[in-house]
Order: sequence, then C-alpha cells, then structure tokens
Amino acid sequence: MEKTVNQKAWFLILPVLLLVAFSAVIPLMTVVNYSVQDTFGNNQFFWAGLEWFEEMLRSERMWDALGRQLMFSAIILSIQVPFGVFIALNMPKSGFWSSFCLVMMSLPLLIPWNVVGTIWQIFGRVDIGLLGYTLDALGISYNYTQNTFAAWATIIVMDVWHWTSLVALLAFAGLKSIPDAYYQAAKIDQASRWAIFRYIELPKMMGVLMIAILLRFMDSFMIYTEPFVVTGGGPGNATTLLSIDLVKMALGQFDLGPAAAFSIMYYLVILLISYVFYTVMTNLDKKGG
Amino acid sequence: MAKITLDNLAHSYYPKPKTEDDFALKELNHVWTDGEAYALLGSSGCGKSTLLNIISGLLNPSQGRILFDDVDVTQASTADRNIAQVFQFPVVYDTMTVHDNLSFPLKNRGASAEYIAQRVQQIGSMIGMEAELDKRARGLTADAKQKISLGRGMVREDVNALLFDEPLTVIDPHMKWELRTQLKSLHHEFGHTMIYVTHDQTEALTFADKVVVMYDGRVVQIGTPEELFEKPQHTFVGYFIGSPGMNVIPAKVDKNVATVHGTAVSLGQSFAPLDGKVELGIRPEFATLTEGEGLPVKVRRVEDVGRHKIVRAELFGNEINIVAGEGTSISPDMNRVVFDPKRVNVYVNDWLKEGEAA
Repeated sequence: MEKTVNQKAWFLILPVLLLVAFSAVIPLMTVVNYSVQDTFGNNQFFWAGLEWFEEMLRSERMWDALGRQLMFSAIILSIQVPFGVFIALNMPKSGFWSSFCLVMMSLPLLIPWNVVGTIWQIFGRVDIGLLGYTLDALGISYNYTQNTFAAWATIIVMDVWHWTSLVALLAFAGLKSIPDAYYQAAKIDQASRWAIFRYIELPKMMGVLMIAILLRFMDSFMIYTEPFVVTGGGPGNATTLLSIDLVKMALGQFDLGPAAAFSIMYYLVILLISYVFYTVMTNLDKKGG
Repeated sequence: MAKITLDNLAHSYYPKPKTEDDFALKELNHVWTDGEAYALLGSSGCGKSTLLNIISGLLNPSQGRILFDDVDVTQASTADRNIAQVFQFPVVYDTMTVHDNLSFPLKNRGASAEYIAQRVQQIGSMIGMEAELDKRARGLTADAKQKISLGRGMVREDVNALLFDEPLTVIDPHMKWELRTQLKSLHHEFGHTMIYVTHDQTEALTFADKVVVMYDGRVVQIGTPEELFEKPQHTFVGYFIGSPGMNVIPAKVDKNVATVHGTAVSLGQSFAPLDGKVELGIRPEFATLTEGEGLPVKVRRVEDVGRHKIVRAELFGNEINIVAGEGTSISPDMNRVVFDPKRVNVYVNDWLKEGEAA
C-alpha cells in the first residue's frame, strides 16, 4: 500500500494527548515536583534534589512494606491462578447452568472495594461475624485484630473470594474458544485427562491467562481499600502493604516529599515488573513455549 | 483391522426426534468390508461427518448398533475402538515438536521407545517432514500442520480403521495429489479399512475402491466409480458425479418409448406403467448433437475443456449439457440432440427404475 504523508494528521492525536495530559501526565508531574522539594508549611518549598529518594531507599519501613507487598501478590497469584483455571475447567460449557455460573461468579467482581472490605470485616468478627464466631466456637483461636496470621489469612481469603472469578472467567473464555476437533483428536490419540490439559487446554489458554496474571498482579500490588477497611494495616504493621504505608505517610504524617518519592518508586516497580513479565511471556510465546 | 457393520443405525441431534427430517443420519444398514478403501461422498451437511463420528465413537447414535468384526462396540469408547481419525482442519499439539506430535498416540498406548523412533522416522518421511521433526508445531503453515495430523492418524499400525474427514481441504493441489497417492499406497501396504469423507468427486473416485454417496442424511448409492457413472441409483448421484453432471429431463414413459414434450425417445428397456415423477437421466457423454432428428435444442454456448467440448444448450426451457468429441465441429445447423438408447436411465421419484430388456 502507498503511504501518504500528511503532517496535519498530528492534530488527530491532539485530543488523546490532552486527555492523557490531564489524567496522567500532569498529576504525575505534581508528584515528581513534590518528590524533589521540601516544605515546612506556609506553602514554602525548598529544593531537595534526590534526598527523599535516598532516604526512602535507606528506609527500613519501605523495604518491609515492599516485602509484605510482594509476599501478598505472590500468595494471591499462586492461589487465584490455579484455582481460577480449576473452576473454569469444571464449569458447565453451555446451557442454563453455564450462564448461571457465569452470573454467580461475576457478582463478587461487581461489589465496590470498600463494601468487600466491610463485608469481611464484619464476617470475621469474633463477637458478631458468622466466620469469626463459628471459628471461635469451634475452639480455633482466630482474631484478625490481634493475630498476624489471622489477619493475613483474612485478607488473602478475601482477595481470593473477590478476584478468583476474574481469572476463572478469562480462563473459561479461553477454554470455550478451543474447537471440538482438538478434544476429538485427543480422544482418538487416547490422551489422558492430564495430557489434554497440558497439551491442549493450557497452551490455548495461555494468552488470556497471561492477561489475567498481569491484571491480578497489578491490581494486587496496588491494593489498598479492602485490607485497610479490614485490618487498617495491623496488627502492628503486619498487613501494612505498600499503598497503606504510602497513604499513612502522605496523608497521616503529611510527609509530602518522602511520600512523593515513595510513590514514584512504587510506580516504577509496578512498571518494571509488568514490563519484564510481559516481555518474558511474549518471548516465550514467540519461541512457541 | 476389522469389518465394520452398521446395523439399523440412525442419528438425530435432537433429543426427541419426531419426523424423519429431524434425523441428520437416516436409518442405515451397511457393512464396511475389512481392508477396503471407501470414499464417503456428498454435499456439505448431508450427514457424512455425523456417520464418521459415530463410527469412531465421538458421537453416540440415537438408534442402532455398530459392530467391529461382529463385536458390538456401540457403547465402547473411542480408545477401545482403536480407530484413527483425521479431521478437516489441522489439529496439532502446538507446544510439542513435530516428532512428539507424531509419537503422541504411540506413547499414550505404551509403545516401546525403539518402535516409536523407527515409526516416527517412517511417517516423517512419508509426509515429507523428516527435516522438520525437531521443530515446534506452532509456527508451521496450515498445510504442514495438516500433514502432521495425517501423520498422527497413520502412525499406529494396528488400528481397526482409518477415518479421514475431508483431510486435504487445506492442502495445496500438488501436495494433495501426492498425499492421496501416499494414502493409497499405505492402504495397499497395510490393508486398513479406510473411510475417506470428501465432497470432491475426483478425490473420491481416485482414492476409493467403493464410493458411498450420501444425500440428505441417506446413503443413496454404494458402488464402484463405474457403477456410479453408468447406473446412478438416484438423480442426485447422477447430478453430483460427473463433470458436467447427468441431464435430468421430465418425460412420460410407455413401454420402451419415452415422450419428451411430444417427441419420442427410444429406450433400451421396456417399462410397466409408471406412477409418480418420471424423468430420464442421460449423461452428457451419451448425448449427441446432430442436424437431422432428435429433440430440438437451442445451443447457448460451447466450452472447450481440452479433451472434449461441452455444449451448453436449452431443451424445452431446461438446461442440457452435451459432450462432443474434441475433433467434432459444431455447426449452426446442429439443433437436435439424440441419446444412446442403452444409456438412458429412467427415474421415478428420483430413484432409478430398472425395466425389462426391450
């Protein structure tokens, strides 16, 4: 095809440019602005250079939060992905029950974050919550406000409850797109159930599964509302994930400079991990992994 | 290798079929002789694939039984039936190499490593992919993938039957011919019962010992290519096989004379009075364009296809095709057509009617 050159075409991307400027670039720049300055109130700012970044990199608090955050993301990914795939594999493929399952599974996805948090906060309470009360009655020591393990278990189960359906729905879409002939051929070849999964279903699902993993990683890495509502970051700092820590620093202590430096590094970490993940996955895909 | 018997078999995709129209496959009794190569020919949606999937056990028939060598396998699984089937569109295991694709059915059945290695080499060279055995299947072209599918179908030697469901649709013409030849030689070598579904008559006629023609869920004729050509049992067979297909002309028949719009056509056989829709079927090859006598036709155009000429003409408002030899010249005065009386078939309600010798 012949390529025509028309410099006026640049005007066509102007609306997008404006939109992105207001939605992303300008807010991000204010954060960058804060991160290199210090203030003692009265709206007076002093140049601080990379001081805040250095401080943050040395801050044990941030490294701890990052460690907790990575652990959280790793745990929920390692539960939600296999579990979601498992659900998708066992869902009815068509008919009324298939639609029924789809609707039921979509429900948690439609609930606002803070409501999810509230639901679990009450659900887990030992005095009035069904879960907490039952566990307590069974003689299992469970108190998410005092016990680190209980707090972690609660926010992880909550996240699994909230988001596994997303993985399941995506995996289900991937499964549905596999033509019948593949299953028929597998039957003819006498493939075992495992081999069907390993050589047909998994490779065919890989594309959507990668999207699911990426979405779940980014989302879980930025999670704030639900754990904040349930545990408020406690007991102690046990469930203070990165974003909770950030909000504490920025709005609780009003340390704008360090918080801004923190946010930028936070943002870069997500960007970096997503980029590495995406590159590795697409490369594997090209090689025919 | 086995003789396959279809006993009273029928299938409907509806749970409670009421009329005959609900059946994708109408009642059928047939024995596929052990070691023969069959082609299952018919237009799209006539029930060919349904029949194939029932034989391989991918589909459970609504009624009837399937027997392999007199053992009832109607309820047996695909694996137990030990059948190989190749599908219309390539099915390969993307993440495996070509080699692993080919060895997969053998491995699943617990064949020994040496046997697998030797067999995969053999099949690899048969489908012309020896050089690519270590490549991953994912990046290959559609016809390479289909060759792998074919190879995977042929890799087991002990199968009861080999079923092909329009396997060469995606293959380019040159390779088509080569693979078909390979299949034929494979058939001669191992004597598998083969059933080859196609809607391409050339493919069917060159591949098979016997051609099974299906129409609207029904087997309308089973025969050798010659039988299909000379004595089509149903007007569909006449029309579907041959290029161009048989001419079908409405007529009245009285003993050994047919009347087409008042003009008499003599027949090679004599008939008792016939009820229903009566038609004459004449292959274009057995019709001749003349100047003198016969039925009046209007010649529309003449196509020279190399070996012969095809005259497209009109006979009382119906289209009629006539084949003329390459050497014959066609003059504007030729506006009559005559038929070889011995080659005129008579059809009543679309089915062939045999008369007595005249």
